[in-house]
Amino acid sequence: MTPQRRRFLRTGILVAASSALGARVLAQGERIIRITARKFEYEPSAIELRKDEPVLLELVSADVTMGFNVPAFKVRTDIVPGQVARVRLKPDQAGTFDFYCDVFCGDFHEDMSGTIRVTA
Amino acid sequence: MDDNACNRRDFLKLAGLGGLVFASGLPGCAGYGQPESGDRDFFFVQLTDTHWGFQGPALNPDAGGTLHKAVAAVNELPAAPDFVVFTGDLTHTTDDPKERRRRLGEFREIVGALKVRNVRFMPGEHDASLDNGQAWKEFFGPSYYSFDHKGVHFVAIDNVSDPAARIGDAQLAWLKADLAGRDRESPVVVLTHRPLFDLYPQWDWATRDGAQAVDILMPYRNVTVFYGHIHQEHHQMTGHIAHHSAMSLIFALPAPGSQPKRVPIAWDAAQPYRGLGFRGVRTETRSTGYQITEYPVRKA
Repeated sequence: MTPQRRRFLRTGILVAASSALGARVLAQGERIIRITARKFEYEPSAIELRKDEPVLLELVSADVTMGFNVPAFKVRTDIVPGQVARVRLKPDQAGTFDFYCDVFCGDFHEDMSGTIRVTA
Repeated sequence: MDDNACNRRDFLKLAGLGGLVFASGLPGCAGYGQPESGDRDFFFVQLTDTHWGFQGPALNPDAGGTLHKAVAAVNELPAAPDFVVFTGDLTHTTDDPKERRRRLGEFREIVGALKVRNVRFMPGEHDASLDNGQAWKEFFGPSYYSFDHKGVHFVAIDNVSDPAARIGDAQLAWLKADLAGRDRESPVVVLTHRPLFDLYPQWDWATRDGAQAVDILMPYRNVTVFYGHIHQEHHQMTGHIAHHSAMSLIFALPAPGSQPKRVPIAWDAAQPYRGLGFRGVRTETRSTGYQITEYPVRKA
């Protein structure tokens, strides 16, 4: 295999990988955290991050449309069944911060929350 | 307007179970454009968060009886109110559309025992968010509207039929049009379910586009908002606009941010119905302001 052919195949593989990821293009050092929302909980509901660590949150719903809101970092998105919702987060402060569902999804909606713990 | 008149207009009297509380800063409005007689005084009652259909003995072992008691208590008030308003969560949520309609029907039947015939209804997220208010409207009609009573303009804002807690552009445009042309000193009372300001978003105590409604209201100098949702009294100003939440009639919730989780306050057998009640609001033409009274479900 010629070097040109190897470069072509390598480029093709990278393009294919990017396409499979859809709109997800990772920034350098960015970590992906997948979260599943279902009545009436998030899995995981406790997320550990480091201060200034860039993360890409990928959220899916197992049943109905949900919300994901982290007021401390002004991050929110709808989570629509059948779609992957993506939001970026780079915590600039240490501490424990709540996230919650802000789309009413039924009884016990009020209990649907979690925490992000950011360590320095 | 002289300073004295201004002071009298910036007067709010709150009457709670523990006695009278006086708070300044509310632009009072009763008697606007009227001679200072009592002719246009009136009194209305706000009930909220009755959650008919809720079951949870640890929070309220009399869930099936509290609403009946509240209706009886309103009927026994020394003076009949001009009207009664329910500011949402009439019923407790259910995923079953048939059960939702059954609860709404039962609620309507129970409050039909109110002696006062002028009763206004608003939806809460438990009534309306799972079907965009469809069932609620079948029973109670439009979910947002306005009306006038003795010189006060009342506006009912629906911030729950959208499960994402948005008032929405269409309703905001309606609100703007509804208020357009009104004298900016004229009194406006807003009735709604969720707080229009970010009281405590971590507990979903907010309206996502509530700030836009407040912006529309802001040019009007005498605006007061009465709402529910948070199952307790709370009083806050946004600029010159006063916001007053009322107690629930099913269970009480903790003060905003006072504990990690919004866990309801357990029923206290030693003090049954503590934290539950309803509100009377009286305009005071002579002193210009609103007198607010919080009532227990049962007399002590």
